[in-house]
Order: sequence, then C-alpha cells, then structure tokens
Amino acid sequence: MAINWFKYSSPASFYLLAGKMVPVFVFISVILLVVGLYVGFFVAPTDFQQGEAYRIIFIHVPAAWMSMFLYVVMAFWAGIGLAFNTRLSSMFATAIAPTGAMFTFIALWTGAVWGKPMWGTWWVWDARLTSELILFFLYIGFMSLQAAIDDPRRADKAGAIIALVGVINIPIIYFSVQWWNTLHQGASVSLNQAPAMATTMLTGMLIMVLASWMYSIAVILKRTRVIILERESHTAWVAELHKKGAI
Amino acid sequence: MFMWIIKRDLLLAMRRQSDVLTTLFFFIIVVSLFPLSVGPEMNMLRTMAPGVVWVAALLASMLSLGRMFSNDYVDGTLEQMLLSPQSLSLLVLGKAFAHWLVTGVPLVLMAPVLGIQYDLPTDALLVLTAALLLGTPVLSLIGAIGAALTLGLRGGGVLVSLLVLPLYIPVLIFGAGAVEANMAGVAFDAHLSLIGAFLLVSIVFAPWAAASSLRVSLE
Amino acid sequence: MLQGINLACVRGDRELFKDINFSLEAGCLLQVRGPNGSGKTSLLRMLCGLSNPAAGEILWRGTSIRSLNGDYFSAVTYIGHLSGTKDDLTVIENLRISSALAGSEISISQASDALKHMGLRGREALPVKVLSQGQRRRVALARLLVCTTTLWILDEPLVALDVMAVKLIQKLLEQHLQRGGVIVMTTHQEIEVTATSIMQLHLA
Repeated sequence: MAINWFKYSSPASFYLLAGKMVPVFVFISVILLVVGLYVGFFVAPTDFQQGEAYRIIFIHVPAAWMSMFLYVVMAFWAGIGLAFNTRLSSMFATAIAPTGAMFTFIALWTGAVWGKPMWGTWWVWDARLTSELILFFLYIGFMSLQAAIDDPRRADKAGAIIALVGVINIPIIYFSVQWWNTLHQGASVSLNQAPAMATTMLTGMLIMVLASWMYSIAVILKRTRVIILERESHTAWVAELHKKGAI
Repeated sequence: MFMWIIKRDLLLAMRRQSDVLTTLFFFIIVVSLFPLSVGPEMNMLRTMAPGVVWVAALLASMLSLGRMFSNDYVDGTLEQMLLSPQSLSLLVLGKAFAHWLVTGVPLVLMAPVLGIQYDLPTDALLVLTAALLLGTPVLSLIGAIGAALTLGLRGGGVLVSLLVLPLYIPVLIFGAGAVEANMAGVAFDAHLSLIGAFLLVSIVFAPWAAASSLRVSLE
Repeated sequence: MLQGINLACVRGDRELFKDINFSLEAGCLLQVRGPNGSGKTSLLRMLCGLSNPAAGEILWRGTSIRSLNGDYFSAVTYIGHLSGTKDDLTVIENLRISSALAGSEISISQASDALKHMGLRGREALPVKVLSQGQRRRVALARLLVCTTTLWILDEPLVALDVMAVKLIQKLLEQHLQRGGVIVMTTHQEIEVTATSIMQLHLA
C-alpha cells in the first residue's frame, strides 16, 4: 500500500493520522512497561555488590538515554522547521521539549535515589550527573524562550536557533565536564560503571528502553495534536471538526 | 563598516560612562561578598579565588548583555542595520567586539586587584588575567545570541541568563581550571589553548547565529 | 522595477490582507492607504525585506528580493516609524554613522550641507535628545538627501513636520521621481507631488 507522505505533512491530515496512531503507541508502551518492570523487579537476579538498590537502573538508564536522544531529535526537527519553513516539524520540536525535560528530571531524580544507598549521599558531582543537570537547563531554556514569545512563528524560529546552538554545545559541555571531573579526583565514582550484567538484566533494560520510546512517541503525537488545534483554531477544518463534535 | 560600528558603540559608551562603571562595580561587589559570607580564612579564599572571580565575570558580562541590542532596537537603529547591504554577521561581530571592549576589558584589568584581595600568588594572578583576556570575548560572543533572541520580550533579562549561562560553562571550567592548575604547580597551557579554541569557534559561529536571531526577532 | 505578486500578511490569527498586486516602474510613486491596523506598516516592512510575506512574492528588477539579499538592500532606503537616531549622538554624528552603516560613507561637509538643507543649521553639534519631535524627524529624513538608493520606502514621513518641512520633503520626493527613482509611502495627509504616475493602494 503506497502512502502519500506529503499528504501527512499538512497539519490537518497529520492531526487525523496522529489521532489514529496515539492509542496504538499507548497500548504498546503500557504492555512493554508492565513486562519490563516485571522483568526488572522480579525476574532479574539480585546484584551481589549493590543488592536490590541497583534495580533503579531499569528506570534510570532508559530515562538518561531518552533525555539525550530527544534533545537531538528536537533540535533536528526544529532545524528542519527553520530551514524549510515547515510548520509541522517546528510543532514537533515544541512537543518534544517537555517530554525530554521530564526524562532528564527522572534521570536526575533516580540518579540521586541510587546515589544515597551506593555512596551515602544524594548528589555527587559525577560527570554524567552534572552533564544531565546542564542538559536539564538547556531544555528549560528552550521551553522558557518559546513560552516568552507570543508570535508562534517567531517562537518556532527562535527556539530552533537556541536548540541548534545547544546541540553544537552539548559535546563541548560534555567533554569539559568530563575533563573537570577527572581533574577533581574527589568524586570519581561513576554511574556508568554498570555491574557485569546478567542477560535478564539486559533484557529488562532493553524492554524498558523500548517502552520509553513508545511512551515518548505517544505523548509527543498527542501534544502535537493539541498544538495543531491551538494554532489552527481559526481555520475551516478545525471549525468543521468542532461542528461534528469531534473535539 | 566594521570600524564604524565599533566607533559608534564606543562613542555611545563614552556618552554613558555610568553604564560601564555599573558593570565594573557589580563585578567588584560580587567578588568582595564571598569573603564576607564564608569568612576571611586565607587558605580557603585562595582555593576559591579563581572560581569566584570567574563566576562574577560571567554574571557581570551577562548583566550587561541587555544593552548590546535593546537600545538600538527601541530607537530603530537596529532596524536600519538589518537593512544594511553589508553582512549582518560582520556587524554583529563588531558589536560583540565593542561590547567586550566596554565590559570585558575593564573586568580583565580589575581582576588582578581582586585576586590580591584573595591572596593569590603573582604568577596565578597573571594566569587569571590571561584566562580572562581569552575567555571574556567568548562570553560577549555567545551572549550576543541570547541577547538577540530575547530582544523585546517581557522578562528578557532573566530569560537571557537561562539561555546563556549553561553555554558559558565550558569557558568557566577551563578559565578557573587554568588558575587552579597553575596554583597546583601543573601545566596550564592546555587550558588556555582550549579557551583559545572556544574563542575561534565562537568568532566563526556566534555572529552568524546572532545575526539569524536578529532577523527572527525583528520580523 | 518593484513588483508585488499576491502578497498576503498574517498577524497572529488574523489575516491583515491578501492578494495584493502592484507593479511600479521608474518614476512611480505608490501611496498605501488604509485605516489604522490595516497592515500598512507590515506591507512596507515586507517590501524592505525585514519580514517575509505569508504568501506571494516581491520582485526587484524581475528577481525575488529574498534571493537578492544584500544587493537589494543597497538599492533601498527605509524610513520607518522609529526615527533610527541615537539620542546620545549629535545630529551630524547620527547622519554620518547611519549613512556609513547603510553602505555610503559621507564627508563632514556633505553631511552639514544636507542638514543645512533640512533647516538644521546650527544644530549639527547638538545631541539629538535635546531636539523637538519635528527636528528629529528632519534628522531622519536628511538621509534621503545623501543616499544614492533608487527605492525609497517611507512610513508616514510627513508626521510631526511643519508646513515648510512638508513642502521641502514633497520637493525632494518629486526630484527623486524625476531622476527615475521609485517611492512607496504611507501618509494620512494629501500629498502634492507632480509625477508621471502616482498610484494608490487601498488596504481594507
């Protein structure tokens, strides 16, 4: 079956397509989440060094990965929107930001919760945690800039510029922090020294990563739908939907 | 035209010297607050000094960003600059350079005096000055992007800090790191080279990004 | 020389105008009229290249202004609502710096001649902040005397000017049209300019 992709790049048809896709992704993500958590909490063996506390990685690691991926994806769509003036891709970027920020926050939170039993302190200035904190600031900057601008087109373009500047800076910031961290030997414990992983641990983690992806897609599509409605509220097709009682 | 814009901005700064002095005194006051809050223990102050001076320089430079474009935006001269046949990036580079001459250079000159307050040894003072000399232009260049993006927005001043402070972090790390390395007796030239590299990268990219931001903000 | 094809402008949710078409030859003056909020200033800013039309295209000598960029800017002088003068600079500094930034440097004597012509003799060394509204307008308009551009885009140039100055500007516009220049302007006043062709554009 041939799909005309260009058809879906118009907000009106994308709105309808996304409406059909959201429940599918919600369903898949719930299933994966339940399976992943079950594997993570009940099937995977207890770690002989870290005991039960290590199980937080089933949430921490997927969240940390997603937080970084989503920033790049966000910058990509924002950049496409800036370069080709496609409204839908800019809306995508705007929709991705809150989810990315949420995952960053979860990664920080679970990192702290993990840190307490492991090192006896809620926070260590570990290179990964510190970079994650700065990433959180970048998300907040992007969102507050867009929120401060009333004109949606200016908000899209301004957001795109700061997202692209951020994406160029992330590796620089990451390596600076890494370097700074090795220099100050005080906090050399690193979160990424994962224990030698049993296969079930790895499986559980991969399922959780997939669940996070599905969840992100579902939420981002849903949020894009809301943004489309907001921005297109004056158009005929929205009025049509409203008349049919579809909204 | 590059020279004209620098000349113009310096002339304007001369006519409003109080603005320049405000930034400088802000820097001095922030640095002087730390001994009052943590106590005058000299060993501790000496370890803190590079970080304190750098953070204060970051804040001072950031606070003065509002002036880079907003006055020109309000009286319409920025609009005229956007209609100039010459490259807008070059013009932004000129404005960032003028901003650095007016706010960055006084900080660099004042830093050794403040370092003495913190009992830094002479060669550490020299490294601190050198690092600031290389690092403060980066602050003006990256800051130009933030200033251009927040032009005319309500709460622009606070917003600009959210946007640019995370981007200042690498300069902060290596700027303060250079002085610490010197005090610890290890080589610091790698730090300075890296700040130099940041400077080159930001000279190439920041004016371009700031120029695009200006076009977006004035549309 | 200047052509607008199916121009449309959207501000927020509202469409200000659409399907605006015009074509201006050398020596043409286009007067844009319409009530407040009808998009006159938006149209002028589009024609300068400061903002992009929501739809349609603007051509300069047959080429889209978006692809011309700097070449287009060197043919345009825009005088908008904002005076584009710095309060802290003197009258003559303002004129010389704004000309230099617009790409044509002028000497001190050229600048003071232009200011004399605009009736600002003896005010050259005063900072603009001490001038009256009308005098500031004159400083801004003095740029028209020293610029070498073909297309003038003027947003309410006659506001705040006294009778003498209005006459002076009208004469200036006439001369520009005779030289083969093109003018697009908005004004609420009737203008008395004799030119080969004066066109009116009404925005609803």
